[in-house]
Amino acid sequence: MGKATREAYGEELAKLIVENEKIVVLDADLTKSTKTADAQKACPERHFNMGIAEANMMSAAAGFATSGYTVFASTFAMFATGRAWEQVRNSIAYPHLNVKVCGTHAGIAVGEDGVSHQAIEDIGVMRVIPGMEVYSPCDAAETKAVIKYVSTTKNPCYVRLGRAAVDDVYNEDEVFDFSKIKVVRKGEKVAIFATGLMVQQSLKAAKALEEEEINITVVDVCSIKPLDEEGVLEILKTHDHIITAEEHNIINGLGSAISDVSVKSCPKIITKIGIKDRFAESGPFEELLVKYNLDDQEIIRVVKEILKA
Amino acid sequence: MEELKGHIKNIRKNILKMVANANSGHPGGSLSAADILGVLFFEVMDINKDNAGGVDRDRFVLSKGHATPVLYATLYEKGIFTGDLMTFRKMNSKLQGHPNRNYVDGVDMSTGSLGQGISASVGMALANKLSKNDHRIYTLLGDGETEEGQVWEAAMAAGHYKLDNLCVVLDFNGLQIDGDITKVMNPLPLDKKFEAFNWNVIKIDGHDLDQIREAFKEAKELKGKPTLILAKTVKGKGVSFMENNYAWHGVAPNQEQLEQALKEVEAM
Repeated sequence: MGKATREAYGEELAKLIVENEKIVVLDADLTKSTKTADAQKACPERHFNMGIAEANMMSAAAGFATSGYTVFASTFAMFATGRAWEQVRNSIAYPHLNVKVCGTHAGIAVGEDGVSHQAIEDIGVMRVIPGMEVYSPCDAAETKAVIKYVSTTKNPCYVRLGRAAVDDVYNEDEVFDFSKIKVVRKGEKVAIFATGLMVQQSLKAAKALEEEEINITVVDVCSIKPLDEEGVLEILKTHDHIITAEEHNIINGLGSAISDVSVKSCPKIITKIGIKDRFAESGPFEELLVKYNLDDQEIIRVVKEILKA
Repeated sequence: MEELKGHIKNIRKNILKMVANANSGHPGGSLSAADILGVLFFEVMDINKDNAGGVDRDRFVLSKGHATPVLYATLYEKGIFTGDLMTFRKMNSKLQGHPNRNYVDGVDMSTGSLGQGISASVGMALANKLSKNDHRIYTLLGDGETEEGQVWEAAMAAGHYKLDNLCVVLDFNGLQIDGDITKVMNPLPLDKKFEAFNWNVIKIDGHDLDQIREAFKEAKELKGKPTLILAKTVKGKGVSFMENNYAWHGVAPNQEQLEQALKEVEAM
């Protein structure tokens, strides 16, 4: 088992804040959970605890950005993108300010905290804001790379991070190009576009299917917006069946983003694996993934069903 | 003093002309703040045409973003905005209904959604402290705006971080779009609330230029706390039929009313 993406975030941010004196970090009383405590330890004078007041934190982040700083603003994904949505839209995105909204504990993998803390709408509500970029890394190496990448741009971004430890997909020395989707497994006929921890689930399913001589393609989509439309189109054109997999509501997430490309120039039937427009519940995250059909078994079932038809 | 009064008179006239020309906008809360912005931009802030594009100067955030006419008219009077004020709220204009910081030099934050400007000011004041930039952050807050919970989050943060480089002026005209602030949702007492959040509070008559000037001076000298200037103002100040009438919060005068209003402002 590898690290949680939030842990990788904390480690990378602690490195970047020392290297780049224009970086400031804001948190809303969750420094130990979001892991910005690492950056706080590395550079206490550029880490600001804004208290349990997310709306103020996001607009204050915007104020910092107008003063020439690159701002990382962190709290749980639920509050970053939910409670403070309008601050992200009006204070950050409309003036196109250099703020990186990094939401941890996204998805149902939060586990025991339950529905009030399970952001399953965050990708949707962030990608719908004009000019807002949305990244959803799957493992530690990809998280570190994407955090480093967004620290070099001036654009407002949302980065979706998870609470639970996940398997590593990539080695530490993997090279990432976030303008492109990443084919992590090349197969035929069936392709799965996956994001976040569903990349691992898809790879697990692919491995199991291989034993039955079913060889599927798995694509890691970290940059949901901007989306590599050319790369997506290439996959759509070269596969008969398309599946999307995300730990997010099936409405307005990755599946919708892929569908948007498909309807424009390569109409396909797309099967969306995700949370089926319902609230989940408290429980251990592995069990939640099974109950809410986000595990490798569900992917295997969907692939077989598609191929049978 | 006479020169400043002349500038403020021009600001008031342009507010009225812009809103009438657009047939839309917020005259009441713009006129109530004209004296405050006049003193601020002509005597207090070190902003001018040459430095307005940068941040190495005092900055101003219009937290009550709907009062854009007073900001645009002031930047025009100061020679920072040199475009056509009469494009306000029209298509293809930089003069948006609520201000966009990327369109007009001297507009230091995009605002319009109440409560967010004061929080952005907190971020700017923290940033100035961090970068040892001695310039100050000035913010105009509405009294109705204090009904937004975010204002108190910002007040708490400014008090907590002892942001003595932040000076917020509260345009206390007593009226909001639905009526008397104490009847819609009473936020009073405002002085005690800010004091409770560890602010320095100065109460003034927001149309008395000497009192405004003195308050800014006192705020600048005070260390260890942010300052709130609680400025008692008259909504629609200078136009008899607009004064203290909440119906003029967001309504434009017609041609006849405009002519009457301009005459009255001229006679102020």
